[in-house]
Amino acid sequence: MLRIKSLLIPGVDKKLLVKDATKLMPELSRRRFIAGGASLGALTLLTGCDVSDSFSAESMLTRISKFNDGVQAAIFNPNAMAPTFSEKDIRRPFPFNAYYTEDEAPNIEGKDWKLEVSGLVQNRKSWTLDELYKLPEVKQITRHICVEGWSAIGSWSGTPLRDFLKLVGADTSAKYVWFRCAEDYTSPLDMPTALHPQTQMTFKFDDKILPRAYGYPMKIRVPTKLGFKNPKYVVSMEVTNDYKGGYWEDQGYNSFSGS
Amino acid sequence: MSSMTLSEPSTAPASSKVIQPGWVRTMHWINAVAMIMMIMSGWQIYNAAPLFDFRFSHAITLGGWLGGALLWHFAAMWLLMVNGLAYLTVGLITGRFRKKLLPLTPSGVLTDTRLALTGKLSHADLTKYNYVQKLLYAGIILVGIVVVLSGLSIWKPVQLQWLTALFGGYDVARYVHFAAMAAIVGFLVIHVILALLVPKSLRAMIIGR
Repeated sequence: MLRIKSLLIPGVDKKLLVKDATKLMPELSRRRFIAGGASLGALTLLTGCDVSDSFSAESMLTRISKFNDGVQAAIFNPNAMAPTFSEKDIRRPFPFNAYYTEDEAPNIEGKDWKLEVSGLVQNRKSWTLDELYKLPEVKQITRHICVEGWSAIGSWSGTPLRDFLKLVGADTSAKYVWFRCAEDYTSPLDMPTALHPQTQMTFKFDDKILPRAYGYPMKIRVPTKLGFKNPKYVVSMEVTNDYKGGYWEDQGYNSFSGS
Repeated sequence: MSSMTLSEPSTAPASSKVIQPGWVRTMHWINAVAMIMMIMSGWQIYNAAPLFDFRFSHAITLGGWLGGALLWHFAAMWLLMVNGLAYLTVGLITGRFRKKLLPLTPSGVLTDTRLALTGKLSHADLTKYNYVQKLLYAGIILVGIVVVLSGLSIWKPVQLQWLTALFGGYDVARYVHFAAMAAIVGFLVIHVILALLVPKSLRAMIIGR
């Protein structure tokens, strides 16, 4: 934990950070993770089947993960608020975390940036940053929990996503809001979570304009989900009934990943 | 009470009556499989953000990488929870816990621990647990409950925030979950050594007698 924490501080030991990130990254062949995981032969012993031919093990795990999506959606309480904290609990500096280094993070010119709104919405206009900054602002201090296990408390300000969805006339009976980011990161968000009061289109961190490290110009802050379901550098949102997958979701992270 | 040595063959009454009923044996081995999958995938998950200054060797983890380990962990959890709940329910309803694990007195534990360490503890009647067994088995049931609840609390710190708060918050709950895992691994080591020292107890857990 200590080692990881120190690596996550912006500007510190980037080489090691990359090395670490590479370790966490999936192997090129998705299929290999099962075979790799069973290298001990434990699974072969336990099930009596050869797991190097692991097609069934992989599909079984994928099916259970989909089942877990359903279970989590069923126990998701739209009225349950993520615990909030006070100013003194905020982690400074807040860890930078991505599958690339901070130098490689998208460097967006605010005045050139536009948020594209598409799919099942009445008003498909694109939004400039100035227009979005005029929307009502809510601030909340919540715990960001990474899929890796670590957590950090931060302060995010912006406009509730559900208010924005109402504003653009989104069909809120659709299944997902699908986000795409400047670096082609993608992530789907289930509609009940998109409509949760704390789900936010974020423009500020710790009362200051969202810095590049944390997703300038816009991040989606979802305190009821794991960190990777909180896309940064967002350039488009699409209201859709189709499951379009996501950067990490496609590699095996559970898609609902609710907290 | 006879002072049998470990290698002595079991006596007639012990081998003719059922020591471990079928449901206990079935659930025991399902639990063993589920626990090992949970522990090995848990180690891989731990490696993504270690709590202490060490990582588990890749050779003894399950899942290959964080995403794979999480798939295993959240699949095996169903096996562990459903089997565990069934075990607790049947154990309570049939009175097995009460009959087998109680009374559990400190003096009994002290006496039997002393006998065990000097190699004088009798294993003639495997249907009756000695106090060392009572302590370990009752203890591991409690630890099993703690590992599941602390796991749920770090999986669902918003939906089950009362549970997370009970464990002292998200960050503390991770340490509780780790400590419970460590206790289970410690139990596992002692349990396997003792079962191998008294092989007929292992046989009873496989064929029942």
